[in-house]
Amino acid sequence: MKLNGILFWIGALLFLAAALLMTQVIGNQYPFFAGYVILQFIVLAVAWSILGGYAGYVNFGTSAFFGMGVYASVFLVKAFGAPLAVQIATAAAIGALMGFALGLLTLRMQGIFFSIATIALTIIIETAVTNWRYVGGAAGIQIQRPEVTEPFENYVQMLFFVQALLVVLAVAISRYIHNSWIGRGLQALKDDELAAECTGVPTLRLKLLACVISGALMCAAGAPAAMYLQYADPSSAFNLTYSVSTLAMSLIGGTAHWMGPVVGAVLLSATQQLLTVTISSEVNVLILGVMLVLFVVGAPEGIIGLIRRVRGSRNKGEA
Amino acid sequence: MDLLLDAVVIGVLLGCFYAAVSLGLSVSFGLLDVPHVAHPAFLVLASYAVFFLNDQYGVDPLLAGLLITPVFFVFGLVAYRLYYEAFEKRGTDASVRGIAFFFGVAFIIEVLIILQFGVDQRSVTATYVGQAWRIGDIRIPFRLLVAFVVAAALTVLLTLYLSRTFMGRAIRAVAQDQEALRLMGANPIRIKQWAFGIATAVLGIAGALLIIVAPVEPTLGRTYIGRTFCVVVMAGLGSMTGTLVAAIILGVTETIVLTMFGASWAPAISFAMLLGILAVRPQGLFGRRS
Repeated sequence: MKLNGILFWIGALLFLAAALLMTQVIGNQYPFFAGYVILQFIVLAVAWSILGGYAGYVNFGTSAFFGMGVYASVFLVKAFGAPLAVQIATAAAIGALMGFALGLLTLRMQGIFFSIATIALTIIIETAVTNWRYVGGAAGIQIQRPEVTEPFENYVQMLFFVQALLVVLAVAISRYIHNSWIGRGLQALKDDELAAECTGVPTLRLKLLACVISGALMCAAGAPAAMYLQYADPSSAFNLTYSVSTLAMSLIGGTAHWMGPVVGAVLLSATQQLLTVTISSEVNVLILGVMLVLFVVGAPEGIIGLIRRVRGSRNKGEA
Repeated sequence: MDLLLDAVVIGVLLGCFYAAVSLGLSVSFGLLDVPHVAHPAFLVLASYAVFFLNDQYGVDPLLAGLLITPVFFVFGLVAYRLYYEAFEKRGTDASVRGIAFFFGVAFIIEVLIILQFGVDQRSVTATYVGQAWRIGDIRIPFRLLVAFVVAAALTVLLTLYLSRTFMGRAIRAVAQDQEALRLMGANPIRIKQWAFGIATAVLGIAGALLIIVAPVEPTLGRTYIGRTFCVVVMAGLGSMTGTLVAAIILGVTETIVLTMFGASWAPAISFAMLLGILAVRPQGLFGRRS
């Protein structure tokens, strides 16, 4: 267990060092544009699975958190010209608050009702932002990027590195939860909430915690997107496609292990980047949907589950 | 005052139309407990089928709706079988993956429509689309009136079917106690499959109404997630008369809010009502469950 932890942190540091090195060595901008999106989806998928995977509450509201993060940045930039770090921190705080509210909803709603409620939240927030003139309303708003700070030469490179930091943060939190009593408690309430409560698992506190962490991470992941696109409008910031993509990536990767969403997000969003360039973004969503349905029906444990099954049968063969 | 009266009349008509598009969900989700998030996507798909028949062969939209009904019935039978084999039969964890499954299906349908018909709005041509009827100061569009009549007929027919026929009663029985039905020697899965078929078949006509009332676009289903689930949950799962009453409440609220605050708030109304009902009275107005 200890050795595992050390290896994990060495891996994380190597990953960050590689990301930093990339920004210093590679001159071409495209890898950063594409890489940013992949990293962003890793954070979203990992954050989603903290609530959706460990606790089994299917959240369709990823777009609500993501869009809220985008608009938190838009507002801060327009009102105070706040720097990127402040934007992300504020977005995380707002996301945590929204997550807390969502957690209170789980008191009265489970299963499909909770899922529908998260869609409802998304549409309500989107409509409110659409009617908020200050941040551009339905037409959207242009955003100027400030000067880039050292050691980066280009703003997108900096955003790429910032998102890589968020990835490490999200994965570390998810891994900690997975290995600690919190993860086991969430697993228990996923299997049977009443039984868990009866045996002394503090289900409400755990659910609230999962919602808060998940929400804060999703919002934080959305915050740099305003600067990345230099533009924001409600219908794309709150687009339900973010929800279905995130959900698909987590479930396809497998939610039983913290590695699952990472694997799913890397595979799917890399494929998507290729497809968007070569075919079209519609086909992209189509393939995502088909993959989701196939996996949910055929391989409910996801890629992680498939790997485990292969390993398991091989071990049996040896013994 | 005139404006308010106008809003109420239009709201009632609109409400009946909402009932028609929600009836299917009232059976599939309300009675059968299937987390059918793809219901509005099926609805929009039906609208596009009607559009295709109307545009290519000049078929009257209502007739086109009737024509596609058998196709949708079979479609529903297949869909339920698939859902049953993949999720209900396996038991554990079924609801989480079932929801994800239907969400995925909804997006697949949406993209297929975009690939086939493009993202533009589509509408149908018929003599009654576009004309209006005046009573005093109130102007009632024919398209709403047609939707109202058909919706009312559909609700009555479905209520009668569920309460008077053998199969209809079996459907309500399976919703109450599946195990008891099995002990009586009936096959609950067959009955549920049949019910899901009926629920989907109704969408054929509902889809025709949808495109008669207003032009449709591929992503319209997302808005109707709010409207249909709001109606079904407010009605108290599975109550047909409740569905009609709840739909009228939604229709009137929507029209009044729209007249007062403007159309840009439209998508949020049904979702806000849904959220409110779920938080305050989850069993709905006519709920049978405590």
